[in-house]
Amino acid sequence: MFYRETGQFRTSYAQDSQILPLRQDRIGMAFLLLAAIMIPFVANAYWLSAIMIPWLILSLVALGQNILMGYAGQLSLGSAGFMAVGAFSCYNFILRIDGIPFIVAVILSGVCAALVGIVFGLPSLRIRGLYLAVATLASQFFIVWSLDKFGWFKNYDPSGVITAQKIVIMGYTLDTPAQKYWVVLGIVAVLALLAKNMARGSVGRGWMAVRDMDVAAEVTGLSLLRTKLQAFAISSFYCGVGGALFAFAYLQTVEPSAFTIDLSFRILFMVIIGGLGTIIGSFLGAGFILLVPIFMNIFFHGLFGHAVDASIISASEQVLFGVMIISFMIFEPLGLARLWQLTKERLRLWPFKH
Amino acid sequence: MTGFLFFIEVLVGGLLSGVMYALVALGFVLIYKASSVFNFAQGAMVLFAVLSFVGIMELGLPFWAALLAAIGLMVLVGMATERFVLRPLVSQNEDTLLMATIGLTFVIEGVAQLAWGVDVRNLDLGIRDEPIGWVMDKTGMLISQLDIMAGIVAGAMVTALALLFSRTKIGRGLRAVADDHTAALSIGIPLKHIWMLVWATAGVVALVAGMLWGARSGVQFALVWVALKALPVLIIGGFTSIPGVIIAGLLVGASEKTIEVYFGPYFGGGVEVWFPYVLAVFFLLIRPEGLFGEKIIRRV
Amino acid sequence: MTAPIQHSTLQPTERAYPIGAPVLELDSISLRFGGVHALTNISFNVLEHEIRAIIGPNGAGKSSMLNVINGIYVPQEGTIKFRGNVLNGMTPTKAAAMGISRTFQNIALFKGMTVLDNIMAGRTLHSHATFLEVAFQAPRARREETESREIAEEIIEFLEIEHIRKTPVARLPYGLQKRVELGRALAARPSVLLLDEPMAGMNIEEKQDMCRSILDVNDHYGTTVVLIEHDMGVVMDISDRVVVLDYGKKIVDGTPDEVRSNQNVIDAYLGVAH
Ligand SMILES: Nc1ncnc2c1ncn2[C@@H]1O[C@H](COP(=O)(O)OP(=O)(O)OP(=O)(O)O)[C@@H](O)[C@H]1O
Ligand SMILES: [Mg+2]
Repeated sequence: MFYRETGQFRTSYAQDSQILPLRQDRIGMAFLLLAAIMIPFVANAYWLSAIMIPWLILSLVALGQNILMGYAGQLSLGSAGFMAVGAFSCYNFILRIDGIPFIVAVILSGVCAALVGIVFGLPSLRIRGLYLAVATLASQFFIVWSLDKFGWFKNYDPSGVITAQKIVIMGYTLDTPAQKYWVVLGIVAVLALLAKNMARGSVGRGWMAVRDMDVAAEVTGLSLLRTKLQAFAISSFYCGVGGALFAFAYLQTVEPSAFTIDLSFRILFMVIIGGLGTIIGSFLGAGFILLVPIFMNIFFHGLFGHAVDASIISASEQVLFGVMIISFMIFEPLGLARLWQLTKERLRLWPFKH
Repeated sequence: MTGFLFFIEVLVGGLLSGVMYALVALGFVLIYKASSVFNFAQGAMVLFAVLSFVGIMELGLPFWAALLAAIGLMVLVGMATERFVLRPLVSQNEDTLLMATIGLTFVIEGVAQLAWGVDVRNLDLGIRDEPIGWVMDKTGMLISQLDIMAGIVAGAMVTALALLFSRTKIGRGLRAVADDHTAALSIGIPLKHIWMLVWATAGVVALVAGMLWGARSGVQFALVWVALKALPVLIIGGFTSIPGVIIAGLLVGASEKTIEVYFGPYFGGGVEVWFPYVLAVFFLLIRPEGLFGEKIIRRV
Repeated sequence: MTAPIQHSTLQPTERAYPIGAPVLELDSISLRFGGVHALTNISFNVLEHEIRAIIGPNGAGKSSMLNVINGIYVPQEGTIKFRGNVLNGMTPTKAAAMGISRTFQNIALFKGMTVLDNIMAGRTLHSHATFLEVAFQAPRARREETESREIAEEIIEFLEIEHIRKTPVARLPYGLQKRVELGRALAARPSVLLLDEPMAGMNIEEKQDMCRSILDVNDHYGTTVVLIEHDMGVVMDISDRVVVLDYGKKIVDGTPDEVRSNQNVIDAYLGVAH
């Protein structure tokens, strides 16, 4: 009823290619953003630090993975490695450059991750699919190993663990969950908007062209070299910023082994389940992967009346994610994002079927 | 012991773990040759197979019965995979299939742990993981009996498969399928049977690989990471070549161990964690089709 | 079959863009794949604003010829001149930059994208905004985007595919996909258009539409067209000159009338059932 296009005519192409051509979507988005900003006034500290903050951060990382895999079609199993680069760069920038603003440090960490991403993206020029996946595994293992073995990255801390400095912005120390949440929300919202702009513009068309038919992409004048490396760089940038936030706004104390291949797979799942090649899917997928264990815990608790072994939860989780990936591949490759879109389309026509 | 003998000892140890990487990779090649699917789940199948085998033995079945039961189980897994994962995706592109088998990996791993638990188990094959006495007495080299045994079993397995491929009707059928599905159909081989057979064979290979690894370092989840090293082996060897992956397996095993032993200490160890992958990347840049793989030509 | 508009019957003076100097000159091109001689010692030229057809039986080397022209395949021998300059180390990207667009025999659309996006993707060479400009919606990025959109819409209208503008191409029937692919090639505003069997698998009506589109492009923009086609009727109707290949060798080169009456062609090509 309320979700209608009627009466909204687009009179120019510029208007038609706005981010959100429908007024309802614009209002909805504004509302959502407002709600997101207000959350700390209603949610408790646990919700903020254990769910909202990691959700936003992992969404950002998933977005990065999605740019590379969903849009540019380059399978990568190394996103956690790039997160690690971001996390440790940020720590070192703040440690070694006196008075560097936090936001600048975060952006520079993203840039470091992007540079590393370009290096490990080089093989993508000759290979794809599983071959590329193995090359990205190389980056995953190599990065974590280097951060682990070279003490400089950790400022020679004997425990092998770093403690992220406090977030200081314009002289204010932001260390309550709510304050950290707002920092994360701000960064994630801006980066998501930028990603959306790229994805729906010429940049995104270039990525998808490479993904769908590389010879034809070349024939339209696209340089595969530049496009692929660009996708690797931007994707790693997002992962790097996500990693920095992961360390500074979520984990606090960080060791290289926090960024294992397990995490990479988790991020991969977020993207596949959320929806390859969609921005919103990254958020849906991250939320899903994060919430499932929590719900499973509650579910098993309700079922057996007591908490079950964590290993059973994690094994059931694996089965569930695996089954979902297979089913999405078979029935709906666009994942949760597509289901969301279908619901919206229903709403648009509701109450008339056709 | 002289430096040279020590080198030999390291090399032999490396070569033997290489044989086992090759064994995991072999299961991969079988499936790839017959159905052009990158079965990412081969490593998970290794875990599942050996966990099931040990689990069934714990139920009180004797060795051979447990072995048969585990084989039967692997055949079922293969058939189910073929029916529920691959068949619905038959005309999809490689990346979709790959992602589906990544999903399958997690299903199999999850089911394995739900069914058999997460504890590390010992697998006693009646061969002890001890140095061979006379070698130690004569040369001072520590070469494990188990490793040698594993090498022999793996060698036998590979030879048997190679014979199966080249000498039997099934093998010829398999190669026909690999070359051209319609051609295989036209010479009267039911595709479905062949695929099932391939999956079953891959399952058995996985079981053998799992048992050998398991006897050496315990039956546990970490096997999955060992199995992951089959991926660089495959890339170096080429996805379609049995001799290729065997040589690549040996190469990876020998080089990672030698480098770990001789260079690892300078970096605080752990070099073997990433070395095979980086080696694979170098190969990719130089010879993307692998040692013996066929050159990929793009057609438009 | 006959197409309604016959180009070759038009007098040169009646054409908006009279045929001019050679655009492409191929000299002694040979291409081998291992033992397969796909092309042997082939020379011919393509003149500005003409419609040039390449015909020949299956496997004659026609597609290979186009692939050589736009740098997908690199011939072992021979040279190609584009507007008088010898081209060395051709790549598809370089060819595109020189104004050569093409379609493929097996449709090579971007399957996951809509019709509009596919056609806009053809504007690659005219999009200069960097990814940062696009991300921040800088004026240049916006301007280029609007311009691409306008051109894409113009092409969509020209090809009469407005109704499928936002449909993912994978859902379209074959004939429409072929048309979208032509649209993508046109979006670059090419000076030379290479078409590999643009009408294969179409019914008569669709073929006529396609013929008209090709002639219109040629008339409107003066685009030089190099066309591979199996349907002799179509070829004879719309092309100015025809090259006939057989087993990788050139057997005849001339106007449709000359080709039609040539005994070699009748033996090699018309004799073969299609
Ligand atoms: N990439 C390639 N690798 C190996 N051989 C090739 C390749 N491309 C073409 N060929 C061979 O070159 C010869 C000419 O092929 P081409 O595709 O140019 O023929 P064609 O005239 O376009 O045929 P059709 O009418 O069937 O499209 C054929 O024998 C073909 O098998
Ligand atoms: Mg052809």
